[in-house]
Amino acid sequence: MIYMERVAIIGVGQTKYEHGKQGNFAELVFEATSKALQDAGITRDDIDNVVTVSSDFWDGRTISSMAVSDASGAFDRDITTVEGDGTFGALYGMMRILSGSFGVTIVASHHKGSESNMNIITNTAFDPLVERKLGLDAVSSAAMQARRYMSKYGLSEEQFALVSVKNHGNAMRNPLAFLPMEITVEDVMNSRKVADPLKVLDCSPVTDGACTLILAAERQAKKLTRPAKCVWMKGVGHCSDAYRLGDRDLADTRALKDAAKRAYAMAGIDDPRRQIDVAEVYDAFSYMEPLWLEGLGICDDGKGCEYTERGYFEFGGKLPVNVSGGRLSSNPVQVAGLAGMAECVLQLRGEAEERQLDGAKVALVHGINGMCGQSHCVWILGK
Amino acid sequence: MPDWKDEVEEIIHQGKISVPYTWTVGSTLSRFYCELRDSGKIWGNRCPSCNKVFVPPKVKCIYCYKDLNDWVMLPGTGTLETYTVVRYEEPMLHPRKAPFVFGAVKMDGADTAMVHLIGDVDPEEVKVGMRVEAVLEEEREGNILDIKHFRPIG
Repeated sequence: MIYMERVAIIGVGQTKYEHGKQGNFAELVFEATSKALQDAGITRDDIDNVVTVSSDFWDGRTISSMAVSDASGAFDRDITTVEGDGTFGALYGMMRILSGSFGVTIVASHHKGSESNMNIITNTAFDPLVERKLGLDAVSSAAMQARRYMSKYGLSEEQFALVSVKNHGNAMRNPLAFLPMEITVEDVMNSRKVADPLKVLDCSPVTDGACTLILAAERQAKKLTRPAKCVWMKGVGHCSDAYRLGDRDLADTRALKDAAKRAYAMAGIDDPRRQIDVAEVYDAFSYMEPLWLEGLGICDDGKGCEYTERGYFEFGGKLPVNVSGGRLSSNPVQVAGLAGMAECVLQLRGEAEERQLDGAKVALVHGINGMCGQSHCVWILGK
Repeated sequence: MPDWKDEVEEIIHQGKISVPYTWTVGSTLSRFYCELRDSGKIWGNRCPSCNKVFVPPKVKCIYCYKDLNDWVMLPGTGTLETYTVVRYEEPMLHPRKAPFVFGAVKMDGADTAMVHLIGDVDPEEVKVGMRVEAVLEEEREGNILDIKHFRPIG
């Protein structure tokens, strides 16, 4: 085993997640980054390196990181960008620290979905030479994945609806969540049909917000902040599947299985079903939560919905999943996975207030990039 | 946070980015589209190592990374692996008015699915496992919409 320096998350900051937030991109990043610095108990002078996470197309400007460089504390420093989910930005931030070239690192992500059109933007993720002309987007392709998952394992729309009920309900305990709601399976089933089998309440809302994490290698973390603030990045794995939807079996989670295996090996987890106390799993659409929990090895293939029905992933269940309210209640796209990491940091520190779980020691965070989960990033965090 | 809009009028700027592109289709897909346009035939290509047939064709096998030089003409029929009935309007994107159907058709003679429109059928009657065939446009331009849609057989 190669010795690798440990890296900690020492600060987290988030805006409230909303639709139509008043601030511009930079204002959101100023808010999240100021909160993260304050949380870590450090100043901008302690920062050596900034990774931003954003999307040029969504922001409507190229090199979108430059527009938030001042806000993320990067003025006079190095700045680099990941376009994708925040979990991948955190991975890049950790790798920069481990390279030995960079010190305390900010990972800052922002998203304002309310300022553009999600369908038109996600359509441009498709190959302009093939599928783009058909008019596919994130919602219609997810709907095909949901149907494939249903027919492969004999699942029902009501089973998916339960995930929406759970996660909107969890959001009631999270003051930062955009859509806390007490709803029933019937409400989900009766909500407007979007793209069968998905209804409005199976889909995450267009959301604005920003999240910043501060990462530091062990030596610096111990110098700069209190042990109570440090949450360790114990394992990470990432893997991607085929680009074209037709080249994949949309209900096959092979890429996620591989990513999870790598993260578990790095963190020394041999039995994820027993060793993980809390998880934030990518749930932009209700069916995704059970599908990805299967890929993560938390349950066997095709069994995710059964576990959901038994209450296994409830707030008071054996493995609470998306206690923040998940993406179903707030989905600031590029921020999504970073918000999941922030939630788990709060849980592991015991700072999650009304939604604090007892004795959470090991957390799992999952983010995806690309249509229908083309690529996955899995984190294991621990005290 | 105090609501600054109590003190300052909020100003909103409207914007739009419209950038023209000229996409080079490349050797493999150009051949696919020429055959589709000129002969009305759908071709895939086979991996010499794992024998998987890809449609639309690819330069290299995604599994073996071998060149795919072995071209295979497909019958244009297949089985509907999954589908969705799209019920929202997005006029800038959608080639049809909602409700219409997108599906992934596992092509006979190929190992991949082709995502396309499903037509000539009541959206409520579409089922997974349905046998379908490609319907071509009369006037073809050398792109994916030269296939008008897939329709149920029989």
